[in-house]
Amino acid sequence: MIYIKLFLVFFKIGLFSFGGGYAMIPFIQKEIIDINGWLTLEQFMDIIAISQMTPGPIAVNAATFVGYRIAGFWGATSATLGVTLPSVIIILFLAFMITKYRALKWVDYFFLGIRPAVIALIVKAAYSLGKNSILGIRDVLIAFGVFLGLYAFKINPILLIALAAFFGILIN
Amino acid sequence: MDKKISPRQLVVMFWTFFKIGAFTLGGGFAMIPLMKAEFVDRLRWLKEEEFLDIIAVSQCVPGVVAINSSVYIGYKLYGFLGAAIAALGTVLPSFLIILAVALVYNEIRSEPAVQKAFRGIYPALVVLVLAAAINLRKAAFRNFFDMVVAIACLIALLIDVHPIFVIIAAGTTGILSRMWRKRWEEGDAP
Repeated sequence: MIYIKLFLVFFKIGLFSFGGGYAMIPFIQKEIIDINGWLTLEQFMDIIAISQMTPGPIAVNAATFVGYRIAGFWGATSATLGVTLPSVIIILFLAFMITKYRALKWVDYFFLGIRPAVIALIVKAAYSLGKNSILGIRDVLIAFGVFLGLYAFKINPILLIALAAFFGILIN
Repeated sequence: MDKKISPRQLVVMFWTFFKIGAFTLGGGFAMIPLMKAEFVDRLRWLKEEEFLDIIAVSQCVPGVVAINSSVYIGYKLYGFLGAAIAALGTVLPSFLIILAVALVYNEIRSEPAVQKAFRGIYPALVVLVLAAAINLRKAAFRNFFDMVVAIACLIALLIDVHPIFVIIAAGTTGILSRMWRKRWEEGDAP
């Protein structure tokens, strides 16, 4: 049944997402586009763009959007429930354990070891997005402009997206 | 588990998470300072040290960071029911907003102006995603070995290894390398 399938896939995404936000992109991409073929890459990139402009975590936004497109309101509900539940279970378990025992050292080592992998996941996300969106000189110019805006002029990222959209309309 | 707040305050808690969820742009990480402002500074339901513990745990376990922290806060304040209500309050705004977007998406997406706008937004996203990696580099790279691990992970991801295996391998490497180093240091000291 599609509701159970949606729930399970997003449960897996929630369960194996470390580092939050952009580090989740390769996971979601693998499960939603490569394995299940529920979205095209363009639709997926739209979701990331929309997530930047609307409130809320990317994973929840992607779950709701994908669930709705595949199976309407109840699809959106089961996917969102799926992505949320691992957090609830893990945190409750930990909160319970931490009050009882001190954290084990090797768990700490495991999480320290994951940090470099999170960087790799984010760079991979940028690579997948860039491969399909930075195609010509106009795209390079926009990317360079955003880089300058971010680091040289310290412009707010949401404002930068609005500006990029405006230039997109202007030059394309 | 003692309950720190009354059932009536539970409604306040739900509404606080709902507000934070509805008005925080820029993803889950941006919600954390707002949670501190509300629960530690304004409502005074949590102490500063308690909040730091919550954040540390939320960031290093799997799951959506914003939901992790709200579930933990909810649990501290009102046990299991508090955790469930906190999760609902955090997720509901995103859920409703994205549902509204999904309803109009097909009609709007085919507009030429919207297509051109997205053509402009994509390159911007690439830079913003890269910037997230740049911002995290200090927390992630403690030594040269960590960089080697990151590069190895990136190569694995680029040749299409499933991210789950990359995460598990990196975590295992973390355990082995630190235990190894410890044993080596202990053996070295007389």
